[in-house]
Amino acid sequence: MSVLIARRLARCVVLFLVSLVLSYALASTALDPRAYFEDRRPPPPTRVVDAELARLGMDDRAPLPVRFAHWADGAVHGDLGRTIDGESVRAEFGRRIGVSVRLLLVGTLAGTAVGTLAGVWSAVRRGGFGDRALAGFSFAVLCVPTFVLALLLKTGALAVNRAAGTGVVKYTGEHTPGLQGDWSVHLRDTAAHLALPALCVALAAIALYSRYQRAATLDVLGADHLRTARAKGLTPGRALLRHGLRISLVPMTVFFSFGVLTLVTGAVFTERVFGWPGMGSWLIDSVEKGDVNSVVAVNGFAAAVVLLAGLVADVLHALLDPRVRQP
Amino acid sequence: MLGRLARHPGALCGLALLLALVALAVLGPYACRWSFTDVDYTALRQPPDARHWMGTNRIGQDVFAQVAHGLRKSLLIGAVVAAVATGLAAAVGASAGYFGGWTDRSLMFVADLLLVLPGFLVLVVLAPRLRQWGWLALAGLLALLGWMVTARAVRGMTRSLKERQFVVAARLMGVGPVRIIWRHILPHLASFLITDATVTVAGAVVSEAGLSYFGFGVQPPDVSLGTLIADGSDVALVYPWMFFFPAGLLTAFVLAVSLLGNALRDALDPTTVRPAGPPRGAVSGLA
Repeated sequence: MSVLIARRLARCVVLFLVSLVLSYALASTALDPRAYFEDRRPPPPTRVVDAELARLGMDDRAPLPVRFAHWADGAVHGDLGRTIDGESVRAEFGRRIGVSVRLLLVGTLAGTAVGTLAGVWSAVRRGGFGDRALAGFSFAVLCVPTFVLALLLKTGALAVNRAAGTGVVKYTGEHTPGLQGDWSVHLRDTAAHLALPALCVALAAIALYSRYQRAATLDVLGADHLRTARAKGLTPGRALLRHGLRISLVPMTVFFSFGVLTLVTGAVFTERVFGWPGMGSWLIDSVEKGDVNSVVAVNGFAAAVVLLAGLVADVLHALLDPRVRQP
Repeated sequence: MLGRLARHPGALCGLALLLALVALAVLGPYACRWSFTDVDYTALRQPPDARHWMGTNRIGQDVFAQVAHGLRKSLLIGAVVAAVATGLAAAVGASAGYFGGWTDRSLMFVADLLLVLPGFLVLVVLAPRLRQWGWLALAGLLALLGWMVTARAVRGMTRSLKERQFVVAARLMGVGPVRIIWRHILPHLASFLITDATVTVAGAVVSEAGLSYFGFGVQPPDVSLGTLIADGSDVALVYPWMFFFPAGLLTAFVLAVSLLGNALRDALDPTTVRPAGPPRGAVSGLA
């Protein structure tokens, strides 16, 4: 088991480092930080722009390997460089990561849990009204692209607020600026702001996982060992939960690692639409400014999340399925 | 197989909807008296009426003409992406599965690497360059970032096909590997590849719309469904026709293709119960 995890971890680290190098190369060649300075009115002299770019480590006259070596040297010592506006990327990273992780974590956990349970329930009630209703719901949600779903939720919230005459549903930002009060007021405020974006992330996950889980549970329902469990006197519900769920979760681990890719991308849209100052909106802003160092930081974050999810999926797979544990 | 498909109610609905949308995209611009760049100064922000079938936008452009043109662009990109990505997936997956060894390992490493970074982020980073290169480059990049999962599946199937007698017989007769892949292996995967290509079309259209929504995809004065949704989104309650027509058509297209894809899957493989549901995007499962 530990050998397996160690091997996976080594592979993840290699993939992470290679993807970091590639995304630095990609960002440095595709983005144009010089244009950000030259587009200012009045345009600054070329000499000033050159000096500023050199100070930020984004000088496009220096060869790419030199720039990368300079950046990597800082990154090893925990310095991720400067943003194009001269602030520390690391500080900005720290501010934004909490926002994104909160959204992703709540959305993924709620989505995975509800989706899995709904899938099992739907498989047990196969052909019934609940099953068909859930199938229709999943299909409908999966047909609506994430950004349209987010826009629809936001429009719906706007309509509700207008009908109610007050701001019942919060749909912009991640907390109310300048809010006074103790921690419980702040907590309630944050939760109210989290509800709609998290719902947006979770809805897609519920729709996706409930379909997969339904199919996986249906495969297990007719299995011999489940019949044996029933024969030794377990109730159908207990037999399914104790002996059926575990097996049906094995193929789900694979879908989980692919699903996280979807969620990370979906979160970019969700953050943007709901005005959350997270990693996703940072990426969009940075690309528009040509801010190389920030883009690399966001890409590193995304790669780490995806690889971590793959690792968690592998470990879960090994825990659920003893056959995998033999190296 | 076609008989099974014809009896499938989902397939018929999906096909009908798809044909209607394609007809709208191809014939719409001719049926309408306005072109998508025309400005009608006498009708700003008009709700739908006989003159402007889907109303007009803020500067008096006809929404129907814009939607039809945007749909055409979106479908064109989707078709190109699906063709290129599926071809690439078949070539890479079949070579990796057939040759095995180092070819397999290096090709799968590249696939894994491309899966690590969400393809959408790569596209966003490349967006400033894409603006200069036009929509064909956008389609090419979408394809380049959307073949990995299919290639993995093709590789798995090729590995089992490789051991089958007809492939072994061909090899012993001295047929070259490229010819074996082309004549004996890929025909066996054709049904899977066709189904997958349908799913990829929907994914590519959604990816393109998402990029254009951020302003990174199709550039003005050209329009696509994504740019139209972006323009209409902030006035969705006041002038609903500017937002709900393009958003509805995008959703309808994904719905049609998903229905058709599911029906194809069922028709090709009636024994297994597969999770039904449309894809979440061509580019590494983009939503």
